[in-house]
Amino acid sequence: MILNNLTILEAHQGLKKKEFSSEDLVRSCLDEIKKQDKKINAFITVLEKEAIERAKTIDKQIASNGLNNFLTGIPLAIKDNILIQDVRATAGSKILSEYCSPYDATVIKKLKDAGAIFVGKTNLDEFAMGSSTENSFFGPTKNPRDLERVPGGSSGGSAAAVTAKMCLGALGSDTGGSIRQPASFCGVVGLKPTYGKVSRFGLMAMASSLDQIGPIGNSVDDVAVLLDAIEGKDNFDSTSVETPKIENLKLKIENLRIGIPKEYFIKGLDSQIKKNIDHLIKKLKDEGAEIKEVSLPHTKEALACYYIIMPAEVSANLSRYDGIRYGYSIQEGKNLLDVYLNSRTQGFGDESKRRIILGTYILSKGYYEAYYLKAQKVRTLIKNDFQEAFKKVDCLLTPTTPTTAFKIGEKIDDPLNMYLSDIYTVPVNLAGLPALSMPVGKIDKLPFGLQIIGNYFEENKILEIAKTIEKLISK
Amino acid sequence: MISKKEIQHLADLSRLKLTEKEIKKYQKQLSDILDYVGQLKKINTKDVLPCTGGTNLKNIFRNDEASLADKEMIKRLLKTAPKVENNLIKVKGIFNK
Repeated sequence: MILNNLTILEAHQGLKKKEFSSEDLVRSCLDEIKKQDKKINAFITVLEKEAIERAKTIDKQIASNGLNNFLTGIPLAIKDNILIQDVRATAGSKILSEYCSPYDATVIKKLKDAGAIFVGKTNLDEFAMGSSTENSFFGPTKNPRDLERVPGGSSGGSAAAVTAKMCLGALGSDTGGSIRQPASFCGVVGLKPTYGKVSRFGLMAMASSLDQIGPIGNSVDDVAVLLDAIEGKDNFDSTSVETPKIENLKLKIENLRIGIPKEYFIKGLDSQIKKNIDHLIKKLKDEGAEIKEVSLPHTKEALACYYIIMPAEVSANLSRYDGIRYGYSIQEGKNLLDVYLNSRTQGFGDESKRRIILGTYILSKGYYEAYYLKAQKVRTLIKNDFQEAFKKVDCLLTPTTPTTAFKIGEKIDDPLNMYLSDIYTVPVNLAGLPALSMPVGKIDKLPFGLQIIGNYFEENKILEIAKTIEKLISK
Repeated sequence: MISKKEIQHLADLSRLKLTEKEIKKYQKQLSDILDYVGQLKKINTKDVLPCTGGTNLKNIFRNDEASLADKEMIKRLLKTAPKVENNLIKVKGIFNK
């Protein structure tokens, strides 16, 4: 049995039946990291010693108290913009390359309580800003399906680590598609929860009205287990709310009303992806689901809206990295301003600087109303489009990305072209909705994802529909 | 096209130093992005209220109290600062001597 190839649920069963120990499981993941990560570069920090030590402790606990949680003894990877106490947290940036976290993020505290084990911190675009994981101070991550291609981003390290079986599951963060797009490019399952479902305390803020933490896994069930462990209201994040627990709804496919937004199936979408998804929709129809074409008229403007709101929030959030309280700090120079200027100029990478300057422009006097206020109004229209659609259907099905994974270096000098790879994922963040990407096919060995968008806090429904589709395509 | 002077001003506000090459590059790239996002101008947003955040929650209050109980945490937070003196973070002067 190759232990690191197991799903979380399979590994849980194995631990329960004492077929292997948590230490065996952790060691098999660490061996895989040693074998593969030199070429993939999914990890910024590998926690070898800590993970083995913790596995030994957990094994003792299992021996005396038994197993009562799916995640007890399970090796996971964590995106490096989420804080684990006493572990380096770099956000893929030079400015935090030596920063060691003084506390645990709420999601980390919850996973620790559940008995999960962290094998490492994964690579990302600097401060989660990018669609390819090429904007990292620690070098690009490669797509395990084809090493010449990007894994997507910004949670590219987490998606690649799950794909290459270097861990059994991972956490990422999603501001405009950063969980779903890499899940699509790598061929794994990724979920962006509803805004407010998961506490963001201890997640480095990028664009605060859009950011959410979510799980990445090798199956829909694994993603459900991870979401169940991390969700819930938290006093340290006042946007978080109490919501229905993750449970099996026993949905019947013949009672499902599925919406197909026509604006997502237009020019720019790879014809093979379109053909495959059309075929899948037909299959669902044959199984009895009701398929309805719906319209989200402001889809075309969503990306423009996002590229106003996001950099505006980024420019405010990244002002905290100033070389004073923590992080990279240049103390030479004659006054405080020199510390700010030198620390930030040397500490931030190209994409961060571009977005800080763009956001500063958008928020400055004379442009605020033309850009920022206008975008906030368009955001209301985008939200209304979805709310209208969900009066008629239970979920929306779309492609996750317009193409499969592109080549490393292909878009790095053309930011606008890079931004377009998030065209199907961005509207979901603007509306604050939950959405899942799951692998549904391959073109020339490269996977692509189906995106299932649900109504607010209806993660249960999305997961059930995803499980139904998972069964349908394995037939 | 956004001017060089404007980029330099934005860099000053953002506390960033840019090279001549970077200024030129951002001039072109920001102009492209601003042209693209400018498409929103065409959309009718008369009487539409702005969406100001990701949540409909309002006014989550807590008492305005600093918690100094967790001495260990204070120690850990100070440990991340580049310069500390008497339990305070030390910074350079604002004015030149």
